[in-house]
Amino acid sequence: MPSVMISRNKNGQLTFYIAKKDQEEIIVSLEHDSPERWGGEVALADGSSYYLEPLPAPPKLPITLRAKRAGEG
Amino acid sequence: MSGMSREEVESLIQEVLEVYPEKARKDRAKHLSPNDPSLEQSKKCITSNKKSQPGLMTIRGCAYAGSKGVVWGPIKDMIHISHGPVGCGQYSRAGRRNYYIGTTGVNAFVTMNFTSDFQEKDIVFGGDKKLAKLIDEVETLFPLNKGISVQSECPIGLIGDDIEAVSKKKAAEYDTTVVPVRCEGFRGVSQSLGHHIANDAIRDWVLDKRDDDTSFQATPYDVSIIGDYNIGGDAWSSRILLEEMGLRVVAQWSGDGTIAEMELTPKVKLNLVHCYRSMNYISRHMEEKYGIPWMEYNFFGPTKTAESMRAIAAHFDDHIKQKCEEVIAKYQPQWEAVIAKFRPRLEGKRVMLYVGGLRPRHVIGSYEDLGMEVVGTGYEFGHNDDYDRTLKEMGNATLLYDDVTGYEFEEFVKKVKPDLIGSGIKEKYIFQKMGVPFRQMHSWDYSGPYHGFDGFAIFARDMDMTLNNPCWKKLRAPWQKTEESVEKVAASA
Repeated sequence: MPSVMISRNKNGQLTFYIAKKDQEEIIVSLEHDSPERWGGEVALADGSSYYLEPLPAPPKLPITLRAKRAGEG
Repeated sequence: MSGMSREEVESLIQEVLEVYPEKARKDRAKHLSPNDPSLEQSKKCITSNKKSQPGLMTIRGCAYAGSKGVVWGPIKDMIHISHGPVGCGQYSRAGRRNYYIGTTGVNAFVTMNFTSDFQEKDIVFGGDKKLAKLIDEVETLFPLNKGISVQSECPIGLIGDDIEAVSKKKAAEYDTTVVPVRCEGFRGVSQSLGHHIANDAIRDWVLDKRDDDTSFQATPYDVSIIGDYNIGGDAWSSRILLEEMGLRVVAQWSGDGTIAEMELTPKVKLNLVHCYRSMNYISRHMEEKYGIPWMEYNFFGPTKTAESMRAIAAHFDDHIKQKCEEVIAKYQPQWEAVIAKFRPRLEGKRVMLYVGGLRPRHVIGSYEDLGMEVVGTGYEFGHNDDYDRTLKEMGNATLLYDDVTGYEFEEFVKKVKPDLIGSGIKEKYIFQKMGVPFRQMHSWDYSGPYHGFDGFAIFARDMDMTLNNPCWKKLRAPWQKTEESVEKVAASA
């Protein structure tokens, strides 16, 4: 369950920064991205995917969240 | 171009690696690569931030070096206690030449060494009492200090001392800031984790101290310089440019910086990050918590400086943009004269770099402005994101080497034959004895500043002074000289 920071880069893309690994990746897809529900499965540009507990509304970015590695349950 | 093709560089790497046992060779091969500027992500060609191989000569530092030596050490009005045996503090004392204004021993303490000087009994019975006593002594002897940081050395973590408890107790007793920093040297693979730990300590113990204090009079032009350690006065030559642009520099992190400046940083409008490697953590934190945007900039060499100044001005209104152009125009004749003078003497020379932090990529612009070419570069403790930023700066098929070993670096230099090497003190004398001009680029070879337009003039002079020094022609004994050179001497006599 790494702590990750999600922010928007200057090209408007969502980025996924894993502090522990010092790894910054662009988010290619986000499962829920609507005004009522935000989060879920996240796919990154390097091919890996993570799971964020869905939030009731899109958060103010940047934000630090706990992410699960997808498939960890 | 380094004059070598990709295949040649690859075969050079293979050749150099041949002497290693198979396992070490396999591991080291991942850290060496010809550059490919078309790649977006460095991890496709180079691995970094991994544990050094035992038995290979690395020049990396430790987490304590990253915290005490780099991030905390330059904060001038705090006393940084090297908590543990005496050596760590003494051998790193004043080594980085972080300049500051103040009276040493009265209200500034950067070049002094405070240590708890652990003895056997402190290891056996614990050193918390000694730390408490030390803080009492510090408060008596140096009443003008504005805070204390406790920089742990290896034994503190090994014996499990509770420096946090002592710090909290003493902070309450003296109504001051006492920051316990868990930067034991054994943590992480290099000084890089020390930077991170130091950043986290600032976040947890310093940054939020004035969140409820509204007495600070903010202006729309408040910025802070993050990650400039004022080596040889670097932060000063950066600061004057920002101030001439009409910006107000509230804080310098951490060269010539104070704890008050750090506490006020959350009130600025923009964080300007010079050394991304050591201070991106706190910038990211301030972006999240206080909504302060941050940007990286590069004040090495006039081209990059002007580019960065325009990028900084773009965050502000037209007034600043206009002043920025005025400042650039004002300094243009100055740096054009520098280039006119030194470029003919340095044109076409080839440089190999191996340093830490931001320099392996940031100084490339300075060399290019002088018509020189960087043919190899590498980081002591860079991460993937540093190499991501380096790929675009370097030419195709130039050498990249991560955490290069003494042997590999020597072999590369023998084969690539650069005209100048920029690296640290541990490499300096090896290469000078090999007859290669060398600049110590960690603390500018006791020169500086190198930032900004003023720094560029010094940079150009230093490079010329080193490269065109007549001593390099005198390295061969007279009886070993070829006939041709002897004739030349005879003709000129």
